[in-house]
Amino acid sequence: MSAISARGLTKRFGRFTAVDQITFDVAAGEVFGFLGANGAGKTTAMKMLVGLLEPTEGEGHVGGFDVRGQRDSIRRNIGYMSQRFSLYGDLTVRENIQLYATIYGLSTAQIVERSTGLLGTLGLSSHANELVGRLPLGWKQKLAFSVALVHQPKIVFLDEPTGGVDPITRRQFWEMIYAAATQGTTVFVTTHYMDEAEYCDRISIMVDGRIAALGTPGELKERFGARSVDDVFVRLARPAAIPASA
Amino acid sequence: MNAGALRAFIVKEFRHILRDRQTLTILLLMPLVQVVLFGFALRSDVRDVRLAVVDPTPDYASTALRARFAATDRFRVVATLPTTALLEPLFRRGEADAALVFEPDFGARLGRSEPARLLLAVDASDPNTGTTVQNYARAVIAAQETEWATARGGVRIATDTRMRFNPTLESVNLFVPGLIALVLTLVSAMMTAISLSREKERGTMEVLLVSPLRPVHIIIGKVLPYLALAFANVVTALLAAWAVFQVPFRGSVALLLAASLVYSMVSLAIGVFVAARTPSQRGAMLAAMLGTLLPSTLLSGMIFPIASMPAPLQVLSSIVPARWFIVVARGIMLKGVGVPQLWQELAVLSFMTLAFMALAVRSFKPRLG
Repeated sequence: MSAISARGLTKRFGRFTAVDQITFDVAAGEVFGFLGANGAGKTTAMKMLVGLLEPTEGEGHVGGFDVRGQRDSIRRNIGYMSQRFSLYGDLTVRENIQLYATIYGLSTAQIVERSTGLLGTLGLSSHANELVGRLPLGWKQKLAFSVALVHQPKIVFLDEPTGGVDPITRRQFWEMIYAAATQGTTVFVTTHYMDEAEYCDRISIMVDGRIAALGTPGELKERFGARSVDDVFVRLARPAAIPASA
Repeated sequence: MNAGALRAFIVKEFRHILRDRQTLTILLLMPLVQVVLFGFALRSDVRDVRLAVVDPTPDYASTALRARFAATDRFRVVATLPTTALLEPLFRRGEADAALVFEPDFGARLGRSEPARLLLAVDASDPNTGTTVQNYARAVIAAQETEWATARGGVRIATDTRMRFNPTLESVNLFVPGLIALVLTLVSAMMTAISLSREKERGTMEVLLVSPLRPVHIIIGKVLPYLALAFANVVTALLAAWAVFQVPFRGSVALLLAASLVYSMVSLAIGVFVAARTPSQRGAMLAAMLGTLLPSTLLSGMIFPIASMPAPLQVLSSIVPARWFIVVARGIMLKGVGVPQLWQELAVLSFMTLAFMALAVRSFKPRLG
């Protein structure tokens, strides 16, 4: 059974179709890259899957649960990191971890164990009582990712997790994603950094609300005769008259 | 959903509030500052009226009445003159606000039970002040009249000009209930709206909505800490009013606090509703201000009497929760009445609380798009 599946998933806002009949499957433990220019519909599609938006048409399943009727079950089984930094700047590192761990129903013993482990892995043990707002952006993003995984969800959704961080931190971030995937977590990640797409097991490229291409990075490069995913993307996106740099 | 998650969420809210020292200081001091400012500056009662007296033939009666005026803390006798001719220049130069003119042989006439005439002249260039001064003076004269009547056992009709419930016409007594409403509106409606829309703006709301927390828990978690803060504010405002202005508490303090809690809940519900319907912090702040703060000040009867508003505004004022709360608070504080007299207003407030809460929860859908 696939971890995530979409069948003709569609979202319309009035007369504007943001997501148009998308169909795909993500296997358990896969790192699935969800690519597209700004405004292509990535975030809207992701919001339908996590239960923030009601689909206009089509079917969606996450962890075997229906995105329409079983939203509560989905919520307990996924982690989510939004496009915007989602920790509280006026709470300390430890308080943020504890808050989300408690919301996800972890026991006190589990919370202590996970926080210690998480702080150790991130090298933040000596900063546990510092306000998150005072940490450098790169640390914040890594912390937000770890917090999204604190309840060890089967599936994690990351919406442009590396926006605005430096290349070294991005690299470290992807190492964390791999580590999670190795432990069996399914990772659904949107990005518009094309070099990051090369790290994914499979990628889909959205153009104007539709999935224009889907496959492993290698397959796509071969199919489009391109040297990099970046080339593939530019070729697909150009007819839509969206600047390739977006 | 477990109770622990809700508790953790409430603790988080308290941390937000406690760590924003600047805002917290302002919020805690606001009721104190407002009560003191309004109490001293925005009063319609008049103090230190400069009184000129014209007494051609001083006798026991005129001296007694003059002494009575001098003994009040409202009047200060600035001049005692033999003839009215000297009065006009004093008024013109603005050195007297009021004058008391005895006719000659005032006491003798009184003794013969003839009508003794007394002229009260008031500088009415500010009509409101003039009327107030006139009323004060009448009250002093009436008191003297009553005393003479009692002493001699004679039957005299003394005009009763007592101002009931506010015998000294202290405007601060009328303002304090309104101020409590204002402070509660500010803390409850505005701060909740700001705090909720901040989470929307910063993206944390999305994460909360994707978590197992239910919207109703998010609302409770947001609202409870501000309810506590609002309660602290009511206590501060009442203490300040009592300590600085000796505002009376004739009724049950417990009932007043309970009514304040109900009013806070209406305001909190409005705050949640506003935050759910506005996209940004700034928008929420403006909407909360226009939607709650202004009507609570202008349409609630706090400053302008509802009875003197045009009919459409009177109708509009009945949907302003502050209007009902102010009636309740004034009733409890100044008249000492309780539930038997105030149940209608309390019922309206409770109904509004339920209605706005239902509206708030309904509009606070777990959807963001």
